[in-house]
Amino acid sequence: MSDQQPVSMDEAPNPRTPDAKPEESGVGRAAQVLREVTTGSFGVTVLAFVLALVIGGILIIAVNEAVITAAGYIFSKPSDFFNAAWTAVSEAYSAMFRGAVFNYDATTAARALKPLTETMTVATPLIIAALGVAVGFRAGLFNIGAQGQVIMGAAIGGYVGFAWDLPVVLHLLLALLGGVLAGGVWAGIAGFLRARTGAHEVIVTIMLNYVALYLVAFLLTTSAFTREGSNQPKSPGVKSTAQLPALLGDQFRLNAGFLVAILAAIVVWWLMTRSTWGFRFRAVGSNPHAARTAGMAVSSSFVLVMVVSGALTGLAGAVQVLGTEKALTGGIAGSIGFDAITVALLGRSKPLGIFFAGLLYAGLNVGGRAMEGATGTPINIVLVIQSLVVLFIAAPPLVRAIFRLPAPNPALAKGVSA
Amino acid sequence: MKKAVQLAAVTAITALALAACGDAPDDSETTTAGGSAAPASDFKACMVSDAGGFDDKSFNESGFNGLNAAKDELGIQVATQESQSESDFAPNIDNLVTEGCNVIVTVGYLLGTATGDAAAANPDVDFAIVDSTAADADGAPIELDNVKPLSFDTAQAAYLAGYVAAGMSKTGTVATFGGVAIPSVSIFMDGFVDGVAKYNEDNGAAVKVLGWDKASQNGSFTGDFEDQSKGQQLTQTFIDQGADIIMPVAGPVGAGALAAARDNEGVSVIWVDSDGALVNPEYADIILTSVMKEIGAAVEDAITTAEAGDFSSEPYVGTLENGGVDLAPFHDFEEQVPQELKDQLDKIREEIISGEIVVESPSSP
Repeated sequence: MSDQQPVSMDEAPNPRTPDAKPEESGVGRAAQVLREVTTGSFGVTVLAFVLALVIGGILIIAVNEAVITAAGYIFSKPSDFFNAAWTAVSEAYSAMFRGAVFNYDATTAARALKPLTETMTVATPLIIAALGVAVGFRAGLFNIGAQGQVIMGAAIGGYVGFAWDLPVVLHLLLALLGGVLAGGVWAGIAGFLRARTGAHEVIVTIMLNYVALYLVAFLLTTSAFTREGSNQPKSPGVKSTAQLPALLGDQFRLNAGFLVAILAAIVVWWLMTRSTWGFRFRAVGSNPHAARTAGMAVSSSFVLVMVVSGALTGLAGAVQVLGTEKALTGGIAGSIGFDAITVALLGRSKPLGIFFAGLLYAGLNVGGRAMEGATGTPINIVLVIQSLVVLFIAAPPLVRAIFRLPAPNPALAKGVSA
Repeated sequence: MKKAVQLAAVTAITALALAACGDAPDDSETTTAGGSAAPASDFKACMVSDAGGFDDKSFNESGFNGLNAAKDELGIQVATQESQSESDFAPNIDNLVTEGCNVIVTVGYLLGTATGDAAAANPDVDFAIVDSTAADADGAPIELDNVKPLSFDTAQAAYLAGYVAAGMSKTGTVATFGGVAIPSVSIFMDGFVDGVAKYNEDNGAAVKVLGWDKASQNGSFTGDFEDQSKGQQLTQTFIDQGADIIMPVAGPVGAGALAAARDNEGVSVIWVDSDGALVNPEYADIILTSVMKEIGAAVEDAITTAEAGDFSSEPYVGTLENGGVDLAPFHDFEEQVPQELKDQLDKIREEIISGEIVVESPSSP
């Protein structure tokens, strides 16, 4: 059931008791890993990406029919094998580029540009949700519950969108607000439990993912959420007054949600670097003990961080349902919530980094689908590449070892290997 | 030095082994040898799966087999896109349009809206959709000149399945469940329930059906076409309530029902979409029969006519009469099904084909 295991956990600590030793070591280690991941250099990210593409290329060669055929007589005619291998990889990756960025084979300008707009469309909810996850990371909290918050945001935002009748603009704003509140409350539960009882947010948010998933699956069997005269688990279409308008006309799916994502990135940048709240969040994240000594309310910070984090991920859900899908289904969130964690790590938990990481991740996804259609490479290969990127980024010492790079800070490298 | 010798030895052995595998084809032959060889035709037929994937041993796989049959028969090019979730449908269809497909087959009722949108936006591409019609944004069916619906009056074959299940049940209780409450699923359950009722009427029996109430159109669903463990749990619940024959209408989730039936003595399963005993040979001893939809044949036929330039948007409806739906052979259960029951089944089949018995379902195409 749960294929994502949380990080190692000490017994549930109570931050209010004076002898909170176990908590400090647990949080301290987690914070150190987070610090390592969020401060890694841009170069490591690029190298991790290159490594993943190389391994992906080997996999593409391994599953390609022409290559397998040529491998059968590799010693009587090796050139066939290497030609086939090169063709397989270059065709697959060029199909990926055509599918994700710019289709130079297209006959019309719209078709040529469509891939880029698709990438931006898919990136939109990823960026917003990853910003939410990153706020948690910067404050030392693992919000693994982005998926549940995206689902709740989509459910409430979608409900406001299809069930209420309101004038244009106001309707859209209220629907987005509904998503923000739903996500904020959903994550706030985890923050509150952490602050009050010491229940670890990883466990609570993972479980809340399931609660959200099945709650929405149940709601979609009730008459309030389904179409009239249908028992299919799909809501009515979001009313046009609540839809995020298309940015480039109806032939593209790109919508104003992308602008919301840019806005969210700017707001998060301001929040984390320019506001008092952000200072408190970062202080609590880098050393909760010191923050407490300095007179900061650590417990209430936990709640606040989770609410802000959830509000953003909830917004991602609302944007997905109001801009792209335009109707609520049980699978509305896809894997946005989990991918968002990856994107937050890829982007080093910085707004600008997340913006580009989201585009990159979405591009891999969109391009991967095109690769499947154009060359028959299984979509699973793309999922492997995506996972490898994350794996290498999460293990900077590994990448440095492979490329024989020096550790930027020996103390840090030692701390991780210990 | 020693290492180098070892390396050389291993390389030599590998070389011998591989060299034995094959010789390079002559240059004159290479057009047919490699996987990248140019097919005979420029015509391109494509397919998008739903989230079950092409290896679901059920309707996506049936459709995929139809596509491959058409590829072998006509020498055309093919391309496929497997959907991971519902949000993939629209972009996947669009990718195939970009790939220059002449005809695109979408597999499954859930793709109705995405197919409708894509067909309206690309009038020069032909579409065929399995189990559905093109639909508008609210899911209401629409007719388009370039969309051919391939639907199946599955209730007719499921009626036979319900009849045989009622006749074979020792506990007097049978059960059915679905993946998602959509017409192409509930149509099986309607026919199954009516078939059981017909058996009770003919034989003065009182076999109960769990999992579906035809009158209220309400019943048990696992919620998706992916999670086999949910199918297993639900089947176990039915078995605990006394059911000994279960029909899962849930694509790959049906494998969960097979696993649960394996754990319980005397329980058998009625498979759907394809002949279960053939696609799941390891479970052939507990698969009583299957309600078959000849999706592959319908897909192949749609592609063949499109390739010949005779595409029409006229809906295809599979029935017992045209062989589009049918009850599979009993295979391992051939001996156990009494001849009397087989005779009754033959009679009912005749009556359905002649129209004497009308199998009704709100989901009928």
